Amino acid sequence: MRKVNQKGWFFVLPVLILVAFNALVPMMTVVNYSVQETFGDNVFFWQGLDWFQQILRSERFHAALGRQFLFTAMILAIEVPLGVIIALSMPRKGFWVPVCLVTMALPMLIPWNVVGAMWNIFTLPDIGLLGYLMNHTLGIDYNMTQDPVAAWITVIVMDVWHWTSLVVLLCYAGLVSIPDAYYQAAKIDGASNWSVFRYIQLPKMKQVLTIAVLLRFMDSFNIYTEPFVLTGGGPGNSTTLLSIDLVKIALGQFDLGPAAAMSLIYFAITLFVSWLFYTLMTRNDAK
Amino acid sequence: MKKRSIIPILYILFLMLPIYWLVAMSFKTTQEILGGFSLFPQTWTLASYRTIFTDPTWYWGYINSIAYVSINTVISVTVALPAAYAFSRYRFLGDKQLFFWLLTNRMAPAAVFALPFFQLYSAVGLFDTYWAVALAHCLFNIPLAVWILEGFMGGVPKELDETAFVDGYSFPRFFATVFLPTIKAGVGVAAFFCFMFSWVELLLAKTLTAVYAKPIAATMTKTASSAGYELGLLAAAGTLTIIPGAIVIWFVRNYIAKGFALGRV
Repeated sequence: MRKVNQKGWFFVLPVLILVAFNALVPMMTVVNYSVQETFGDNVFFWQGLDWFQQILRSERFHAALGRQFLFTAMILAIEVPLGVIIALSMPRKGFWVPVCLVTMALPMLIPWNVVGAMWNIFTLPDIGLLGYLMNHTLGIDYNMTQDPVAAWITVIVMDVWHWTSLVVLLCYAGLVSIPDAYYQAAKIDGASNWSVFRYIQLPKMKQVLTIAVLLRFMDSFNIYTEPFVLTGGGPGNSTTLLSIDLVKIALGQFDLGPAAAMSLIYFAITLFVSWLFYTLMTRNDAK
Repeated sequence: MKKRSIIPILYILFLMLPIYWLVAMSFKTTQEILGGFSLFPQTWTLASYRTIFTDPTWYWGYINSIAYVSINTVISVTVALPAAYAFSRYRFLGDKQLFFWLLTNRMAPAAVFALPFFQLYSAVGLFDTYWAVALAHCLFNIPLAVWILEGFMGGVPKELDETAFVDGYSFPRFFATVFLPTIKAGVGVAAFFCFMFSWVELLLAKTLTAVYAKPIAATMTKTASSAGYELGLLAAAGTLTIIPGAIVIWFVRNYIAKGFALGRV
């Protein structure tokens, strides 16, 4: 049991100051904008909750939010099972382990706009590797700057490429913490591969999977740079995810009030869904 | 066993394809890139790399990025160490709420903060300095560092602390000479993740800099749009951004998986 010691606050103080400086001041600025109207020159008028009502009723927001949920649901549905399968089939010891880990982690270490630019180059119809293969070798008509379906598939494949490794690394970390004795016992009992997975490996991975799903949810819900560089939100508005739309409003049109109100709604949704995931996934722990 | 290893091999191939294409393109001439499709560079050229290493706007981009990423990593890990110790050893008023609040800072969309951050750092006179970006990245890196370090510290038995205090160690001396060496793997992993997330983030880094502290990734965006479509140069610059991360990950490869597994949620 941890000791009760209020001195803990003293230890936490530097962290508190630094994070609060970066979190609270900008957050209050956003709150401030969200209830005011401005015509520039630092002149502000009280606007009340009008922006919030306007955003919550706007079809544009609903559409962007819908696309955002669709995107996040799709990448979670692909990355989580895929990550688990890859982690299960990775070697447990030997020379290949560090090689696998390092090569798999590589996509996560590339700056996000480089990821977007890289996939852009990769998918160019006539001179990109993927674009060329699709159009000329396989004969599939593929041009993501014109076809919304192709753009969606490309954005999702890019995210799978970029982040599945995070799920793999986390699950793998959970798997290597299982003692050999568990597997030997299962062998003696004549357990099938499925039972080994269901009753030994899955429970051990549960904690890390919770972290993986939470991290992937938060990061994919806030994704901006990669799809923006890859498609610019197009063709049309087909891949304009929530963040891209937000930046369009805030910096493109300089509508600070609506953009701030939208940010706060956005943040509240992220917070609520994260809390929901967390509660659902840890519900059985208490029992 | 053999049959199973086909899955990781296929996955790694899938991961390597776009990277291969980027690297291959960086060695091609512009005519070759735009002229048509070729799997390997037909005429190898180092022209793109030569441009980057001789043009100050390019190589200063790398120096700037490395500078603010290093400052951020040092700050994040240093302040996270005592905090993580407090979370793992003491109970104090509001500790759970504080821990959760720290984690929520990862959830705020960076796009939300771009403009207020610009105003905040302009107001305190740090705009376009390494410190602005380094401090701004603390927003998401400190919570992560605290989380990882707390996990590692939780694995160290409390008896270690108690014995040291009985032996007459003062707290700072205990922390520096006994405790820190015990969790050095955790410090390595935390530093790696701070480095990684600061290195790959662009939106805030771009917003908070103009000339003197501009990160390499921002230099790339500007060149891509202003100088037409110089794909070879873009590919070479992209290739070079992969290298620092690859070096850092090689040092922590044996601990990397452990870092997350030990954390609590």
